[in-house]
Amino acid sequence: MAQTEPEPSPTIGLDVDRKVGHASPESALSTVFEVENLDVYYGSFRAVHGATFTVYEHEITAMIGPSGCGKTTVLRCFNRMNDLIPGAKVEGRLDFRNVPIYDPRVDPVEVRRRIGMVFQKPNPFPKSIYDNIAFGPRVTGMAKKKGELDTIVERSLRRAALWDEVKDRLKDSALGLSGGQQQRLCIARAIAVDPDVLLMDEPCSALDPIATTRIEDLMQEIKDDYTIVIVTHNMQQAARISNRTAFFTAQLDSTTDQRCGLLVEYDRTETIFSNPSDERTENYVTGRFG
Amino acid sequence: MAKARLVGDRTNKVMVQAMERRSTDVRGRVFQISLLVTLLVSLFILAVLIVDVVMDGWGILTGRPGGFLGGTMRSLSDDPKLGVHQALVGTFWIAVFVAVLAFPIGIGAAIWLEEYAPKNRFTRFIELNIRNLAGVPSIVYGLLGLFLFVNHLEGVTGGKSIASAGITLAILVLPIVVITAQEAIRAVPQGLKEGAYGVGATKWTMIRSQVLPYAAPGILTGTLLSMSRGIGEAAPLLLVGAVSGRLGRDSGFFDFGDINADAFMAMPVIIVEWVQNSGRDPGFAEAAAAAIVVLLVFVILMNATAIFLRNHFENKRG
Repeated sequence: MAQTEPEPSPTIGLDVDRKVGHASPESALSTVFEVENLDVYYGSFRAVHGATFTVYEHEITAMIGPSGCGKTTVLRCFNRMNDLIPGAKVEGRLDFRNVPIYDPRVDPVEVRRRIGMVFQKPNPFPKSIYDNIAFGPRVTGMAKKKGELDTIVERSLRRAALWDEVKDRLKDSALGLSGGQQQRLCIARAIAVDPDVLLMDEPCSALDPIATTRIEDLMQEIKDDYTIVIVTHNMQQAARISNRTAFFTAQLDSTTDQRCGLLVEYDRTETIFSNPSDERTENYVTGRFG
Repeated sequence: MAKARLVGDRTNKVMVQAMERRSTDVRGRVFQISLLVTLLVSLFILAVLIVDVVMDGWGILTGRPGGFLGGTMRSLSDDPKLGVHQALVGTFWIAVFVAVLAFPIGIGAAIWLEEYAPKNRFTRFIELNIRNLAGVPSIVYGLLGLFLFVNHLEGVTGGKSIASAGITLAILVLPIVVITAQEAIRAVPQGLKEGAYGVGATKWTMIRSQVLPYAAPGILTGTLLSMSRGIGEAAPLLLVGAVSGRLGRDSGFFDFGDINADAFMAMPVIIVEWVQNSGRDPGFAEAAAAAIVVLLVFVILMNATAIFLRNHFENKRG
């Protein structure tokens, strides 16, 4: 799938070694998420206003923008992780495979099983490596027998490019792994329940460049099986790995005098970085702002 | 004044003088020493207390330790059958009541408050009052026990019984159990909870598999410390009717017929009793000291268990 493209036309933004091909035409793709006029509130504070965009299957969609622009907030809406924050409220349309996931009839537990999440800080459970991976299949009732679990654990760890490093110490505590290994373990844990989508909230911000490269390579390998949405502070990362990029910014709301997150521009990644249509995007990707 | 040195004067001699000046931070030293003094004062008082009771009770503790532990209440201090058996049994059963009642109820309330309760004025009001309850003098709980369990619920508790005493002390330590368990649960990292939710765990699964194992050492330490506090209480037991004087016969470990029927004993109460009796019979002072040592050992053993279990759970936590 990943093929080397000829150098993009003269860029005004970042000149990076892109690992992915251009995004396919929208008509040829199935949609995974459809977001329309999404507003997110924390209590009376409006964190995000009027976001509209579409996430396509088997693509990596990146969300970039300065701090406080609401990108993580939007990401956490996708699997209803925001439900855990008291006072969080979502308005507008957010469909996952044509199902409005904020419909009262929808079970958030089922949503989260299908839409896995990898967090900013690696958060392995204080259990063995094996039990970390087996946790999801166990609690969702996917596998009960030891043999089935063993298969899932090995497959997930292989998929996350961690198997060779840990296969001889599956019973050891996951907390003994390095930061990069812990994050790959968390990816393995997320894919163990065979999700449809992987949400990644700045998955490399706590890692060194080598560990970051490994995670990025891993994302390229697994995107054929999953759809990935990633929030990143690192513009080069977004440019390197993603097919599409959403640029968010924080804007002062004149009526409430509060800063509110806004989706400025959403397009193919090469367009965002080489030929953005909005001046704010251009300023951001060229480093003049943020 | 040394401070008036010119900033610009950076000749080698001036710099060496400045750098090598042994800064005598007098106020800092005084503060540090006074902290050390407060610590030593507390330790000294504690040491004096312990040495004093051990010395006072030495004769009994070394002379007839078995007889003292197995003996019962007597009217004369030189009675060779004088001992703390009834009180030890009473305190043991009170501890059982506290463990069976206060621990599950307190931990359950803490889980609800931390994980399920909406954060609104009502729950804040509840939490504030739990904190207030933890500060209520123990004699007030004794009055509650007397009114509720001894008088109104006599049919259930048997009046002035070990059950009334146990329930009263369970209620006394309940707020402490709730608060310590809440703190332990609150310390569970959000990342663990989100990680569990992220792979499709239900709330109950998340609490059972992440929150409780992680909070277990803290909950355990808090509950067992509150137990130590509970079994050291004398005042509420005096009100709910730990009575002496009528306990003539030897009572067995499970012999509720004797210790339950209208007369039971507990370690703190027997200490009060003997100290009072030492006026007319000075020999009881020695018995009281020995009983204090027995109670101290009981509490230390319990705390040791708590520490052992906590370390065990912490090792499991990884």
